Amino acid sequence: MSAAVNVSGSLRRRLLLQLVGSAALLAAVLFFAVLGFVRTVAEESHDRILLASATSILDSVSVQAGEITADIPYAALSMLGNVSDDRVFYRIASPAGVLTGYADLPVAEEPVQPRQPLFETAAYKGEAIRAVTVSRRLAAQGAPVAVQVSVAQTRTGQAALLEQLFRSALFLGVGFFVLASGLAVWAAQSSITPLRSLTEAISRRGPKDLRPVTRPVPAEMSPLVLSLNSFIRRLQASLARSEDFIAEAAHRVRTPLATVRAQAEVTLMRVENEDNRASLREMIRAIDESSRAAGQLLDHAMVSFRTDSLERQEVNLTALARDLAERLQPVAELKDIGLHFQSDGDVSIKGDAILLQNAVRNILDNAIKYSGRDRTVRVRTVRNGGWGNIEVEDEAGGFAGEDTEALTRRFVRGANAGETIGSGLGLTIAREVAEAHGGRLIIENSQTGAGACVTLCFPLC
Amino acid sequence: MRHALFSALLTLLAFAAAAAAGFEVEERHWIGPEDGTPLRVISTTDTAILEPLIGSFLEEHPEAAIEYTVANSSEVMKAVLEGQEPFDVALSSAMDLQTKLANDGFTRPHRSAATALIPEWGEWRSHVFAFSLEPASIVVSAAAFSGGEALRTRQDLISLLRAEPERFRGKVGTYDVSLSGLGYLFATQDARTSETYWRLMEVIGSLDPQLFCCSSSMIESVASGEILVAYNVLGSYARARRDLADKIIVIDPEDYTHLMMRSAVLLKGGRQPGLARSFADHLAAAAWSQPPAANYPFAQPPVAFVDSASPKRPIQLGPGLLVYLDAEKRRRFMAEWFSAVRKH
Amino acid sequence: MRFLLVEDNESLAKAVLDRLRLDGHVVDHAPDVSTASAFSGTTDYDLILLDIMLPDGDGRSFLKAHRENRKETPVIVLTARSEVSDRVGMLDLGADDYITKPFDFSELEARCRAVLRRRGGGSSNLRRFGNLQFDPMAGTLSAGGRTVALRNRELRLLEVFLNAPDRIFSKPNLVDRLFSYDEEGSENAIEVYVARLRKHLAGSGVQITTVRGLGYRLSLE
Repeated sequence: MSAAVNVSGSLRRRLLLQLVGSAALLAAVLFFAVLGFVRTVAEESHDRILLASATSILDSVSVQAGEITADIPYAALSMLGNVSDDRVFYRIASPAGVLTGYADLPVAEEPVQPRQPLFETAAYKGEAIRAVTVSRRLAAQGAPVAVQVSVAQTRTGQAALLEQLFRSALFLGVGFFVLASGLAVWAAQSSITPLRSLTEAISRRGPKDLRPVTRPVPAEMSPLVLSLNSFIRRLQASLARSEDFIAEAAHRVRTPLATVRAQAEVTLMRVENEDNRASLREMIRAIDESSRAAGQLLDHAMVSFRTDSLERQEVNLTALARDLAERLQPVAELKDIGLHFQSDGDVSIKGDAILLQNAVRNILDNAIKYSGRDRTVRVRTVRNGGWGNIEVEDEAGGFAGEDTEALTRRFVRGANAGETIGSGLGLTIAREVAEAHGGRLIIENSQTGAGACVTLCFPLC
Repeated sequence: MRHALFSALLTLLAFAAAAAAGFEVEERHWIGPEDGTPLRVISTTDTAILEPLIGSFLEEHPEAAIEYTVANSSEVMKAVLEGQEPFDVALSSAMDLQTKLANDGFTRPHRSAATALIPEWGEWRSHVFAFSLEPASIVVSAAAFSGGEALRTRQDLISLLRAEPERFRGKVGTYDVSLSGLGYLFATQDARTSETYWRLMEVIGSLDPQLFCCSSSMIESVASGEILVAYNVLGSYARARRDLADKIIVIDPEDYTHLMMRSAVLLKGGRQPGLARSFADHLAAAAWSQPPAANYPFAQPPVAFVDSASPKRPIQLGPGLLVYLDAEKRRRFMAEWFSAVRKH
Repeated sequence: MRFLLVEDNESLAKAVLDRLRLDGHVVDHAPDVSTASAFSGTTDYDLILLDIMLPDGDGRSFLKAHRENRKETPVIVLTARSEVSDRVGMLDLGADDYITKPFDFSELEARCRAVLRRRGGGSSNLRRFGNLQFDPMAGTLSAGGRTVALRNRELRLLEVFLNAPDRIFSKPNLVDRLFSYDEEGSENAIEVYVARLRKHLAGSGVQITTVRGLGYRLSLE
């Protein structure tokens, strides 16, 4: 009975994708931000060391006996070696020409102003270099001379450092992403947990459980629960209306029929004229027929209504059959029909007691109705393997080669129905009840051949 | 020994070739099969010292031969800078020049399992590979110092020289820094390390010292008694001279002892880069394996010095060494040095 | 017997009253719950016939109050509603039986008898005629120290005769009284039952005589 649901996407997956997507974006941003930051820091610190080196060389430049000389401090270059194993180049120059160092160093093509160090990136001897040039004015032979010191270093070490930082940033980013993804899975899981537990709570309910949902739910789910509760209320009202309608319909149809029938019967006793009596009898028969038909139609409606949402409680079939047999005893006696109940012990199944009663009642009614005077109807409850059976056996002649299956169809009546009042819905109701309980209805001729045996089989619980 | 035979044969040839080059070659040997693929090595190290290592290298590479050219360190530098001959490997004790070659882009980088054995301070940017660690020692005459004077530090030497100037006049020797790259390296490192050096130089200068081109001649002069004290001599050479063991005493000063690293660089102009790498690996593995190769030529393997608490310090490879190669710096240092040593 | 009929439909009530009184019962009629409560509070009834849908309330509330007041009077519910929905509730509330409208009077009578029998109905209903003792609840007939159990239709037939001794009942009249309308009752069948009764009555001083052309009559010998 589970209708297909029009599923479009998954809330959890969507949430997960969004969270993981955000995590990926944030991880990427984090990665590039960290990388950019460390790159800047690495470059700046490299520049500062180059500047320190150049400045210490510049400080060593002096004018001695009118000549510009330089006494490069050991530390000026060794400090660069302490940072990385990179190639180091330098040049000390004045407007007159290169004093010492690498004359062809391709930096500071233009004069550099004092206190304004010039940082450059260039290519030299087949490698990329970072260079700084600083300048200072000296007085040589009474004239100011601008001395320029350039220090350059290849960037292999820095590249290696950056590669390492890149890896660290990458690990950081990936680590962040993995962690955030884990959290995203957890978050997605836990955010749909209330939804899932609500679903479980509702699907665990019995078919008749139409209480409103009162369990606490997150605020976001309250509109859903509100609509659900409203829906439940409406369903409840609608169900109650249906039930009321059937009951009301029965009442409306049967009460006037009962009145007419009772009056007809009373009248019949007072009337002597044989023609009038015959008419009255016809009338009573007609009333019985229509009331029974109406009753069974309404019963059938109620049975269909109840089987749609079958309630399953433990029902003792033996007690149920015994009770029914007892209750129908007066009717049977009235017709001098023996109604006997037999049982080989309690047989219990899970089901709807009202429906089961109605089914057995219909079969018993049939058996009593079609049996002649001084016949016997036997009701038995039998445990047969995994099945619990209620058998009703009569001596009303049975079915002569008829399609017994057809008898359970709506409005089909047996060949022996004759003048007996009936709508043909009795066995249909019995079969529908049996099938709703996972069982079946078997109609066959009894072993003695004297009549029919109708068996209701239900799976044992 | 077949190799020796070859080398003897080819030495003459080498001199002929050297005449054509713009640098001064001391000797040149062809070691290995005549038709072998030649690996050209230019070195400041005497052939005899490295011959066992070269021999084992050629056994591992039977297809190869080594053309071994010996020159002093500045000539090695010159040879490489001029680039007239396609040398594959340069071996030199002048760490500053080796560093400059690497810094100025004349060398190839190399990384291998063997170079990984070298400690960080023993190589520079995978271009310069040290394969020995040799102290700058004081060598004194055993005969003259039989009295057992305590001579453990430079201060001891200064005191001794000041106390007996007449005994040591003309009998003290050291490197001529203008002739020897190694002498200049030792002098600049000394000058950088301690003021004691300049006081020592002034004391030596006052004693009319003899200046030498190389460690071996200083060692021989001490052994012969021509001089009594030689300052900044390669201790490894001195200790290698077993024949002179009873004539000289080798002292590693306890205030500090600089350790020079003999190193190899793979030259860009070389025609056998693969073989050159194998050769560098061979040297590195021989020097830095523990224990070192049986045919390792120096008495003290480099790992013997690896002790930070020791007063023996390896000279640091790196751009700092370039400072003293600066022409201006060199000019000023020379002027100062000679004014100290030749004052009187 | 004394009946209380609680039924709001006047015509139906009248028909039922007529029929029950015809059979010699004393019947009170209450058209709503309040009247029914008043009647049942003041009079002891042998049986209450209770309709469910009443103008001033549900018959079930009457039933509930009735049982809560520990009244032992058996109740048969007359329902026009679907059996399926009302059945359980009514038996739970203490109805002894129920019968759906429209009903056959024979069936109603049979049910009443069954309920009274189940409840062990009082011997006050024991009826005498001549030497004859008839217990309609037990369905036994005693005469001259001999007791026989009557079968349903024999019992019913005897009851009809005893309600109006010396009255002549025609065969069609008896058919109407004995058979429900969905079965084929015939005047031959009446003859069979009369013959059986005569056998039981033999030697009791009471006899059923045939009044030619009119029917049968119960009278003392």
